[in-house]
Amino acid sequence: MEDQNMDDGDQNRETEIAPAQIAVHPSQESVSVAVGSDLRVFNLREGLPVKLSDDGHSDSIRAIRYAANGKLFVSAGDDKLVKIWATDSWRCVYNVASEKRVSAVAISNDGLFVCFADKFGVVYVVDTRAFTEETPTSIIKKGVPILSHYCSIITSLEFSPDGRFIITADRDSKIRVTVFPQNSLNGAHEIQSFCLGHTEFVSCLAFVCNQEYPQGFLVSGSGDSTVRLWDFSSGSLLDTCDVGAEAAFADRKEEEGLLPITDLCTVQDGSLVAVAIQSLTGIMLLGCDLSKRNLSVVKVVSIAEETYIPTSIGSASTAELLWMVMGASSLNISDIKSLVRIRVLSGFSKCNAASVETLVLEDKDTPGGEQMLQTLQGKLSVEKEAFSSAAEAVKNSMRNLLIKKQYSAERRDFRKRGRNDIKNKAK
Amino acid sequence: MGHESTVMSTHSKSTGLPRKRFYRARAHSNPLSDSHFPVPIAPSQFDYASHYPQIFGETVETSCQRKIEFADIGCGFGGLLISLATLFPETLMIGMELRDKVTEYVKERILALRTGNPGQYQNISVVRTNSMKYIPNYFEKGQLKKMFFLFPDPHFKEKNHRRRVISTYLLDEYAYALAVGGIIYTITDVEELGEWMKSCLESHPMFEALTSQELEDDPVVKLLTTATEEGQKVARNGGKTYQAIFRRIAQPAH
Repeated sequence: MEDQNMDDGDQNRETEIAPAQIAVHPSQESVSVAVGSDLRVFNLREGLPVKLSDDGHSDSIRAIRYAANGKLFVSAGDDKLVKIWATDSWRCVYNVASEKRVSAVAISNDGLFVCFADKFGVVYVVDTRAFTEETPTSIIKKGVPILSHYCSIITSLEFSPDGRFIITADRDSKIRVTVFPQNSLNGAHEIQSFCLGHTEFVSCLAFVCNQEYPQGFLVSGSGDSTVRLWDFSSGSLLDTCDVGAEAAFADRKEEEGLLPITDLCTVQDGSLVAVAIQSLTGIMLLGCDLSKRNLSVVKVVSIAEETYIPTSIGSASTAELLWMVMGASSLNISDIKSLVRIRVLSGFSKCNAASVETLVLEDKDTPGGEQMLQTLQGKLSVEKEAFSSAAEAVKNSMRNLLIKKQYSAERRDFRKRGRNDIKNKAK
Repeated sequence: MGHESTVMSTHSKSTGLPRKRFYRARAHSNPLSDSHFPVPIAPSQFDYASHYPQIFGETVETSCQRKIEFADIGCGFGGLLISLATLFPETLMIGMELRDKVTEYVKERILALRTGNPGQYQNISVVRTNSMKYIPNYFEKGQLKKMFFLFPDPHFKEKNHRRRVISTYLLDEYAYALAVGGIIYTITDVEELGEWMKSCLESHPMFEALTSQELEDDPVVKLLTTATEEGQKVARNGGKTYQAIFRRIAQPAH
C-alpha cells in the first residue's frame, strides 16, 4: 500500500506541472504568457507591462486566447474558473465557473460567444452579450453545456474560419466537427463530421486558408508524431506528415517512442505551419499546398544555444513574427521554481513557402525588447540548467495527462483489492 | 488440436451451441475506463471480410458496397441479433458489447448457428467495443437504419447518470450515425430509466416519436420483448417494460 501511495503521489506532482502558454494579440498590441497560475501581459504598443486589475488564477492556467477582434481575452485552467478580460482596460469583466478543470477555450469569430471545454469532455458556451459595464466581476456565472465527447479530455477547441463550425479534439484521437448553431444556448447537436486518422491523442488544431480557399483546411498535431491535413467539412484526411520521423532525421538523437506534437501555429492567409515537437530544440516549418492538398517539411529552425523546446507558439495576423515560449511551473529543481523563456522568429510570413528566410531574433531586437522579456520571463537571463529539466518535466506531465495507462495484470489485481464496494461487503 | 477440444467442451453436445455457463460475466462494466482493445481508426478500416466472411470473402469487388445497417448497442447474449438475422436476411448487422466474455459467447453462438444452418446467419456479427466512445470509428455519417438499446444498465445513482448509454450528448452521435428516417429503439424494465430515455429523445431536435400505428406495423417492435434474454426474463417474472421508439429527422435549415 505504501508503494502504491508513493506511486500515485509522484504522478500527481508531475501532472501539476503546467507548460507555459503564449498568446499574441491579433494586431500585436500585446502579448500574454501564462505559467502556472501566473498571467503576465505586456503592452507592446506602449512598451509597458500591464497591471491586471484582478486577483487572477489560483491554480495552473491551461489555456489563454485573444478574440479575433482583439477586444476580449480569456484565461482558464485548473482552478475551474474562466476569466474573460477586456483588453482595453485589462479588467476581468466576467468570471465563469466550471464544474471541472478547464482544458481549452475558444471565442466565436464574431466575439459574442466564449466556449470552454473541461477534462470530462463537455464544451460550454457563455453569451458575452449578457454582461454589461456594470456587472460586478464578483458575480460568477455558469456556462451552458452544448456538446460532449464521452469522457475524454478535450485538448483543443477551435471555431472554423467561417464561424459555422466548432471543432473539438480529444485524447482518444478524435476530432469532431459540429455545426455551431445560431442559438447555441440550446446545444450543438448536429455533427458535421469526424476527422479520424490519428492513432494517439490529438494535441492541437489550426487552420490554413487563403483567398482561393477562404473556408480553409484543418491541420492537427498528435501524440502519434504526425501533422495531418483535413477537409473538415467531410472529415476526409488529405495528407499526413510524419514530422517525428523528419525531426529525428534532421538532427535529433535516437529517442525512444513517438515525439508528440505540442503546438501548431499557422500564418493567416498563407501556407506556412509552425510545429512545436516534443524533444525538438527549435521549431519545424511545414509548407501547405492548398491546391495540391499536401504538407511538406520546409525546414527546421534550430535554436541550439539553449535546449530550447517551445511549449507553446503564437503569432499576430499583422506581423511576420512567430512568438515562442518554453516554460513550466512548479519545477522545484534546486532553487528554480519555474522557467519562462521567450524567443521570437522573424520571417514567419505568408510569402511563398519555398523561400522562407527566418531569423531567431536577438533579445534586444524583439518587440518590446528587454522590458518585454523582463515582464514575461520574470527575469532577463535564464539559467541554462533549467531548460533540460523543464523539457523533461513537461514531457512527463504530458504523458501522464494524455497517454492511456497500461497496468500489468498484477497491478490491476492489486488495485481491485482496494475497491470500496468489495471492502464494504467483507465487513 | 488440444486447443480445439477445450473450446468445443464449452459447447452443448446436442446442439453445438455454446453454453452460457462457460461465459459468465459481471452484469456491469465501467464505460468510463480506458479501453485497451483494438478499435478501427475509421469506419473504412473496419474488417468486413473477417466479420462477414461468406458475403465479403471471395467476391470483394461486387459486395464491397454493402455496409452495416443495424447496430445492437450492448447486445448482451445476442438474442435480438439472431432473430433479426432471419427477418432481414439481406441486411448486415452488428452487435456491440463491452464485456469480453459475453462478446466471446455471442461470437461462438453465431459461428455455431452458421455451421448448423448453412447459408444463414452470415449477415450478423459481434464486436467487443465501448459504443459510448467509438460509434464514429465504426459507422460513417448516416450509415445506420436502425439502432437498438435494449435493457441497458440503469445506473441508478445520480452521479453515475453520465454512464447511461442514452443521453442528450450521446444522442448527437447516434443522430450522426443514423440516416434520416432511421429508427432508434429503446426498452427497459426500469421505469425511471424508461422515463429518462424517453425525455432525452423527446427533447432532442433530431428525433421524433413514431406514431402508434407505425409502432404496430413495425415487426421489429414485437421482438424487443420476445427476442432478448432480458426481455424473456422480464416476461417470465410478469414485469412491465417501457419503450421509447423514435425516428431520426432532418435538422431544420440554419
